[in-house]
Amino acid sequence: MAKPPGKPPAEPEFVQLLTPDGERVEHPDYKVDFTDEEYRGLYHDLVVVRRLDAEATALQRQGELGIWASLLGQEAAQVGSGRALRPQDMAFPTYREHGVLYCRGIDPVMPLSLFRGVDQGAWDPIKMKFALYTIVIGAQTLHATGYAMGITMDGKVGAEDGEAVIAYFGDGASSQGDVNEAFVWASVFHAPVVFFCQNNQYAISEPLERQTRVPLYQRANGFGFPGVRVDGNDVLASYAVTRAALDQARVGQGPTLIEAYTYRMGAHTTSDDPTRYRIASEVEAWQAKDPILRVRRFLEHNGLAEQAYFDEVDEQARMEAAHLRERVLEMPDPEPLSLFDHVYPHGSPEVDEERARHASYLASFAGEAH
Amino acid sequence: MDTVTIGKALNLGLRRALEDDRKVVLMGEDIGKLGGVFRITDGLQKDFGDDRVIDTPLAESGIVGTAIGLALRGYRPVCEIQFDGFVYPAYDQIVSQVAKMHYRARGQVRLPIVIRIPYGGGIGAVEHHSESPEAYFAHTAGLKVVTCASPNDAYWMIQQAIASDDPIIFFEPKRRYWEKGPVDPVAEPYPLHAARVAREGRDATVVAYGPMVRTALDAATAAAEDGRDLEVIDLRSISPLDMAPVYESVRKTGRLVVVHEAPSNVGVSAEIAARVTEHCFYSLEAPVLRVTGFNVPYPTARVEEEYLPDLDRVLDAVDRSFGW
Repeated sequence: MAKPPGKPPAEPEFVQLLTPDGERVEHPDYKVDFTDEEYRGLYHDLVVVRRLDAEATALQRQGELGIWASLLGQEAAQVGSGRALRPQDMAFPTYREHGVLYCRGIDPVMPLSLFRGVDQGAWDPIKMKFALYTIVIGAQTLHATGYAMGITMDGKVGAEDGEAVIAYFGDGASSQGDVNEAFVWASVFHAPVVFFCQNNQYAISEPLERQTRVPLYQRANGFGFPGVRVDGNDVLASYAVTRAALDQARVGQGPTLIEAYTYRMGAHTTSDDPTRYRIASEVEAWQAKDPILRVRRFLEHNGLAEQAYFDEVDEQARMEAAHLRERVLEMPDPEPLSLFDHVYPHGSPEVDEERARHASYLASFAGEAH
Repeated sequence: MDTVTIGKALNLGLRRALEDDRKVVLMGEDIGKLGGVFRITDGLQKDFGDDRVIDTPLAESGIVGTAIGLALRGYRPVCEIQFDGFVYPAYDQIVSQVAKMHYRARGQVRLPIVIRIPYGGGIGAVEHHSESPEAYFAHTAGLKVVTCASPNDAYWMIQQAIASDDPIIFFEPKRRYWEKGPVDPVAEPYPLHAARVAREGRDATVVAYGPMVRTALDAATAAAEDGRDLEVIDLRSISPLDMAPVYESVRKTGRLVVVHEAPSNVGVSAEIAARVTEHCFYSLEAPVLRVTGFNVPYPTARVEEEYLPDLDRVLDAVDRSFGW
């Protein structure tokens, strides 16, 4: 198919506070003011999140998970935005927000049961302030917007202790009708929601050029709210931009679209083979912009941490990963008849009848050798 | 006891639901100032405010998708889809999200959402305004599907649906909106998911729902003149189906005709025929027969009366059952 005429999307300009070399730079609109301990904390989160992700990939390769959607390369976008959330805020993830989940203080083993096939999520989104993983691309952006409308209706917006919502999605989802409808709804109802798009350059195999002819953050203009692009491999900038957008939402300033410009270093999922659609040199170029390495350089250059500290974090990450693995291997398979549970809050005589029939079918094998 | 139209009964039911629970919100296109294209929400925005009777942007997936978010927040959204043929943009949110989130969360999420859909033909409309898509939804576990055929059921069933924590697709027989009947706002309502014998009879059973209940009752009146005593059952609930009254009736009459406007292929009547065959095999004097719309796209207005089951086609099926 012919490509449209005209220039391809321009090279990005974005909000950056930490260069790939680990140099702190200032931005007129976005600041961070972290203590030494907080800087180290961000490094810790990034390392642990990457290590847990590697463990999950390994578990899949060993047949212990059915599939895994790796976040490799997107740690800064997730840790930065995840740490920017205040306790009262609500997050609506895709199926890749393992780093955000970790930053919410949620046990990282929680989504593993889904990828193992033991359940389909099975957590309480309200208690966790973290909605269920949503596999249909973009559907959750409407849920986030409706939830945000509810915050307004509850009168919980308009002050510094107000509530806000963050909706995660990707560059591929930006083409979905639901995402565009969510933008319309959020705009006309002035909903306290932040749309956080991790532009990791690929929707499985399709490059960004197949989704858009304009930088994604500029889409917001047409819907009537601000859009901003941030270096998604810069945890400081991701934090600062998200925190500002959430705080604007909670005080009643309405929605923001954030495009976190990043790169999916791994495959779409463990079922994918990215060598079929992208070249090694591209991956290598992004390797140089690694989100963790730049924080480490920053800590080193500024005397905030030494080798002993980095070793200690690696050890903590290794232990967390081992603990994760242990619990994945212990996950019991669900009882066969549990597939009839929770179809309806009030139950259904039809489901009850099928369950009873299948139970007696299963019982008919009782005593037979397996 | 007041005599009102089905449309007014729905309006009164919605009004009472808004009064009874401040978490109930109505959402839809043109439902506010205009009161809906069929005026089902007439006057409700004026009395309850535009936070509770919300005129939405024109995007059905957005209506249902944001209703999910509101439900997660503790609200009880009642969505109006303006016409049957406009529900499909919301199909993904209904089938993949509304229907499955409770299951996905292993019971830790409830989405008490009602999706109202005026359905069926007979109003001389253009394309997409006369369809009967109930089978699509009845096929999906996690949704319950109901439809009303009288003002009293309209008044009560909409309130019961809103009070239920199950997600419910509520089909309204649009061409019957203007039919009048009594509403009893005091008497204990009939259970939401129960079928009801609308007319007792001995000789053959006719099962119908929604707009076809009136047609079936008219057919029974006509058949009585020929000395045939038809029993008419109003299903009311399409998912789950309440089959006990159907089995009981078929065991008595030995003959069953199922009537709906939707096409027959893989439809509600096929499901009923299968179940009756399984449960009443030795009681049947003839195969279960179906009187339905044809397996074509809903036709243009000038021929829609050919498409829609009517009294004569129901009686013809009854004749065929007796002639077997």
